Amino acid sequence: MIEIRFHGRGGQGTVVASKILADALTRDGKYIQAFPEFGVERRGAPVAAFARISDTKIWPRHKIYEPDHIVILDPTLIGAVPLLDGLKPGGWILVNTKKKPSELGFPEQYRVATVDATRIALKYRLGSAASPIVNTAMVGAFARVIPVVKLETLLDAIEEGVPIKPKENRAAAQEAYNSVIMEG
Amino acid sequence: MKRMAIVGNHALSYGALLSRVQVIAAYPITPQTQVVELLSEMCADGTLKAEFVKVESEHSAMAAVMGASASGARAFTATSSQGLALMHEVLHWVTGARLPVVMGNINRAFGPPWSIWTEQTDSLSQRDTGWMQIYAQDNQEVLDSVILAYKVSEQLLLPTMVVLDAFFLSHTSEPVEIPDQEKVDEFLPPYENKYILNPDAPHAFGGLTNPEWYMELRYKIHKAHEEALDLIEKEGREFEKMFGRYYGLVDPYKVDDAETVLVAVSTAASTARHAVDLLREKGKKVGLLRIRVFRPFPYAKIKEILSNARKVIVLDRNLSPGAGGIIASEVRGALANLRNHPPVLSYIMGLGGRDITTKHIMELFEEAEKMEEGKDIIWKGVKL
Amino acid sequence: MGKDEKKIVFKTVHDLPPMAMSLGTMWVNKTASWRNLKPIIDYEKCIDCMICWKYCPEPAIFLRDPDERVAVDYDYCKGCLICVEECPVDAIYTEEEGK
Repeated sequence: MIEIRFHGRGGQGTVVASKILADALTRDGKYIQAFPEFGVERRGAPVAAFARISDTKIWPRHKIYEPDHIVILDPTLIGAVPLLDGLKPGGWILVNTKKKPSELGFPEQYRVATVDATRIALKYRLGSAASPIVNTAMVGAFARVIPVVKLETLLDAIEEGVPIKPKENRAAAQEAYNSVIMEG
Repeated sequence: MKRMAIVGNHALSYGALLSRVQVIAAYPITPQTQVVELLSEMCADGTLKAEFVKVESEHSAMAAVMGASASGARAFTATSSQGLALMHEVLHWVTGARLPVVMGNINRAFGPPWSIWTEQTDSLSQRDTGWMQIYAQDNQEVLDSVILAYKVSEQLLLPTMVVLDAFFLSHTSEPVEIPDQEKVDEFLPPYENKYILNPDAPHAFGGLTNPEWYMELRYKIHKAHEEALDLIEKEGREFEKMFGRYYGLVDPYKVDDAETVLVAVSTAASTARHAVDLLREKGKKVGLLRIRVFRPFPYAKIKEILSNARKVIVLDRNLSPGAGGIIASEVRGALANLRNHPPVLSYIMGLGGRDITTKHIMELFEEAEKMEEGKDIIWKGVKL
Repeated sequence: MGKDEKKIVFKTVHDLPPMAMSLGTMWVNKTASWRNLKPIIDYEKCIDCMICWKYCPEPAIFLRDPDERVAVDYDYCKGCLICVEECPVDAIYTEEEGK
């Protein structure tokens, strides 16, 4: 079983990202639980979402305190919230940023991957210029870094699952998949 | 059959859709809102041919589905916490009128202080209304339980509440098999009730009944609950034949050689099952008894399973202030008439949506290993 | 259902329907025995204003055949005497039952 925690800000589509993953993994015949940090969500406020992925039925039903990997949808959260809490050594940290993994200064025990999802979202006009929606680009990069789901399945899930601009969201995920930089 | 990732709230909606409900009346409340949101969309786009009645309160919602059921329609509603409390009067009325209404309740803690997070006190407070109560531990069970609830309810003329945890199920996406409509139709025939409001055969229902007969009518409600004990398991087996999944009154896990048995409901039971596996790896003889059906209370099953245990640990995500854990008190009641019964340790935990983790359950098991006698109440995790 | 309907009698719990329901309809459940004073209409005084018909809570005042004047349905009149109170010309008087 793999446990993943997503960090983002209200309005970036963090919860939808975990739902798209749930849909894609379900299509692949896997088991998954995807759920938001339960609370009252406000635009801009730090939010978290969780996913458990397994080949067999998943029994634990509580929040994830010791994730195998984390996904950071907003680089401004670094330093603002305790993102690495409980992250297991050797786990991936996937960050939406222009920077290279080595520039982020994360502890050596983790593997780091970066993707400029904001640029990709803006390119495909996802969300607004002030508040681009990076979730589909981030799950595209996720599929490359943590290969638990087939890219084609994921792209189909995105195309059918997003409320608007299905083709653009699909292209954003594909581009992020291709352009993610992985170190470690 | 289609496998889809859906949240628990939508599992309720799909259960209602596949049961071909004819009338829905509901009032939105967090964390239930998605249930009726999807049902109203289904009604609007014609997927579900049902009357969607907008109401101004939960009391009205329950009154409307009661009226619908009394006129011969299959009726559905859903609510949570304060909304369920507001329905209280009508819940009794629906039972007394012997109407097989099915509702979803998302467990949410009562205010004040305001909380939107899970706790079982809301539904357990409706314990004595005569509604059957089913507590689901995953979204598949939520969907399947709605179909099963109508099947059993309509044969016995008793209402059923399908209960699920706020967020841990209601807002969690996970794979659910959506059964084919034709197969559900084969399993669940249309609702028929000869005691309905019918202008061609006029009767007054629920009128003043003197002490000479009131008790007999209560007796009949209780007898119907007793019949439900067998019928729930019988229909569970029929359901298994068609859909491959079995649901009974209780769900025992590794209890045969267990010295200690954990008793839990809902998602806490699911987590406890994971804890049992990990404890077994450490060589601990521990098992789990998940209580799925709380009303009718499965006394015989519980006695049978727990009588061989050396210790029973009950996890209650609810509180009856001044008494303690509600499930624990029922379990103690079930065991009281056994000559030699195991000590019962009653843990209160996870109130107001506080997490119940695998680690917590393993910790309390280790703590309980050192205790020889039963304890009426042990608080887990309170900042003392 | 109708005037030939028979009153249902229950002996044990097994005869009962699952919920409380009227044992037959008002065709068999007559309420005349509740009355101790009987309203009687004096047709000499009655002006056919229909106020008694309007006020009767049962309603146990009807228009009789063939002259279509108001009349009391003594199978159902419970003797509340609102009609006596409301009649503008004092055309309704009372008599004790059983006299």
